[in-house]
Amino acid sequence: MSEVPLTHILFLSTALFFTGAYGFLTRRNMITMLMAAELMLNSVNINFIAFNKYLFGSKLDGVFFTLFLIAIAAAEAAVAIAIIINIYRQYQSIDIDDADSLKY
Amino acid sequence: MINGTTIALIPLLPLASFLLLGLFGRKYLSSMAGWIGTLSLLFSAIISLATAGTYFFVSGKVNGVYQPVTVLQHTWLAFAPGVSIDMGLLLDPVSMMMIVIVSFVSLMVHIYSLGYMKGEERFATYYAFLSLFTFSMLGLVLSCNLFQIYMFWELVGVSSFLLIGYYFDRPSAVAAAKKAFIVTRFADLGFLVGILILAFGAHTLDFKTLVERLTTPSPELRSMISSSFLGLSALTWGLLLVFMGGAGKSAMFPLHVWLPDAMEGPTPVSALIHAATMVVAGVYLVARLFPVFAISCPGALHVVAYVGVFSSLFAAIIACTQTDIKRVLAYSTMSQIGYMMFALGVSGYGGEHGLGFTASMFHLFTHAMFKALLFLGAGSVIHYVHSNEMKDMGGLRKYMPVTHLTFLVACLAIAGVPPFSGFFSKEEILTAAYQHNFTIYVIALFTAGLTSFYMFRLYFSVFWSKEFEPHHESSDVHHGEAPWTMKLPLLILGLLAMGAGFVPFGNFVSSDGNTLHSEFHLALAIPPVLIGLFGIALAYIMYNRQNDLPEKTASLFARLYKGAYHKFYIDEIYLFVTKKIVFNLIGGPSAWVDKNIIDGAVNLSADLTDDTSILIRGWQSGKMQQYALWFFAGVIGMVAVFVCLWH
Repeated sequence: MSEVPLTHILFLSTALFFTGAYGFLTRRNMITMLMAAELMLNSVNINFIAFNKYLFGSKLDGVFFTLFLIAIAAAEAAVAIAIIINIYRQYQSIDIDDADSLKY
Repeated sequence: MINGTTIALIPLLPLASFLLLGLFGRKYLSSMAGWIGTLSLLFSAIISLATAGTYFFVSGKVNGVYQPVTVLQHTWLAFAPGVSIDMGLLLDPVSMMMIVIVSFVSLMVHIYSLGYMKGEERFATYYAFLSLFTFSMLGLVLSCNLFQIYMFWELVGVSSFLLIGYYFDRPSAVAAAKKAFIVTRFADLGFLVGILILAFGAHTLDFKTLVERLTTPSPELRSMISSSFLGLSALTWGLLLVFMGGAGKSAMFPLHVWLPDAMEGPTPVSALIHAATMVVAGVYLVARLFPVFAISCPGALHVVAYVGVFSSLFAAIIACTQTDIKRVLAYSTMSQIGYMMFALGVSGYGGEHGLGFTASMFHLFTHAMFKALLFLGAGSVIHYVHSNEMKDMGGLRKYMPVTHLTFLVACLAIAGVPPFSGFFSKEEILTAAYQHNFTIYVIALFTAGLTSFYMFRLYFSVFWSKEFEPHHESSDVHHGEAPWTMKLPLLILGLLAMGAGFVPFGNFVSSDGNTLHSEFHLALAIPPVLIGLFGIALAYIMYNRQNDLPEKTASLFARLYKGAYHKFYIDEIYLFVTKKIVFNLIGGPSAWVDKNIIDGAVNLSADLTDDTSILIRGWQSGKMQQYALWFFAGVIGMVAVFVCLWH
């Protein structure tokens, strides 16, 4: 079985990233937007792992970065969900367009 | 020797009474406020007397010379080693004499006010202010350095302001309070600069050290004399500016304009602050620095003498024409303080030459008694008649026998009739003037005649002249002359005004601390007495019965009379200078610069920010995803730029 070339994996991560970006820009539900942001983060994770494996096979830096990113993503999700809950209490909605009190 | 803590109680007791009455007086203590204030003053006066007695008779003299002693010296603000502002109490003959006068007259006024101010709505506040004033004045006379005296100096200014403006529902009282505060503040500006110059030159604020350094040939004195500005040495400038502060407080020409207006305050306040104590603070200040004036800078002392004698004559002329009983007394106060000032001015330092100094302090002492008495008597008359105008009075001798007698005693004292107290002090002042400066002597003699004339003009118009007809409902005979609380101080002060002249003053207070044996010069005593009696006789002829002599005399000197009646238009000149010149030439342009340039710059920056924000606020659409889109676009744009540049 031949090895999967690096470019395939980069295609996958790019596809994942733009799926996330598309979701982030088009969805109005904040939870969905959060999920889309997670997709973008994970595409970065895949990039790290792939480059680590294919270019610097003897090192572990990329793996560590990935672990850190997962931890940060978890923390970020906690903060984001707390914000969303508060926004829900304020506006009785989690639609991003309803939270517009701070515009001029 | 009485210890320092006890002496510190002298000013601290009134302070405690001020705090108590000021904080809780109106709510909880309004009925007892007067007694609290009076009691604290009573203790304070007793301690003052005991302290002064101990100082004069037991501990003050070292080898037959009174030495200044500093007790309780305490470093208050230490800026650097050797540079600090201290707080302390200075005991010397002058300060001892002053604490006795201040606490005693203040006690009399406290007792008197129990009757005079009874039923006032803000009775407790009145006593709180009175206590604050007494605290500040006692602190002022006991101060051991220039900075401390300046602090208390401002405190007496504030309490004077508060008491003049006591009837704050009268616009005239408010205006008078403001005027007094602004004029004295203006003078205090000079005082402050003077303090800075002296302290900078002498490298100390402490009176004892300062006087020592500036009267002996020390490096400090040499540098102060050699450095000059506009033709005068630094020392002269310092002393003249300090004198300016003193002249403001003591109502010397041309800074006297506030004193007559200050009569808007309650009459006992005029007696305490604007007759007996605060207004002599300027004399006290010059006396405090007297060795420096006399030994190192006689030029400045000449200024003191001429300002004093001019104010004295000037005020006496105005006093002859005024019709408000308190204003006559106010101008008479100014005239008498002029006497004290020029007495200091003609004095030399030490031995026989120091006669003027002793005489000045002596006059301060006797004047405090008889002028407080005059004001309290006037207060009693006003209390009875409910008017300040002399034309509403007349023939009061039958209705108010105690006031009449004590007022007469005070008038005789101020006119210098022997053996009343004013005679002795005035005779000493005139002797000192005769020995040093004949011009001043002649003017002073003439002023003495004017003094007895206007005082007896007042006396005859109030108590004789015509039958008293009560024209005011409440001035009916039913409420009697005055309550005993008002009569008692009158009687005590009356006795003192009679007897205070027999105090051998030269034994206690002299310029250098030695005993001064002032000889009694019969030849020099006769002219003032004669001219005084002449003034009384003239007043008797003109005012004993109602007649047309006063009008005739007035029309004879029509111009002079009109000028004096309008106080020689000094107020108008001040208004002209401030309103027309200062406001228009300096105030106007400054206001223009402030409005158009300073405010303009600030407004411009605000407007710019405003315009820009209006322009760009549309960007803040509040649409989260729009921002995200811009963000992505930005990142892609930057990547594009980056890629282009690197290839």
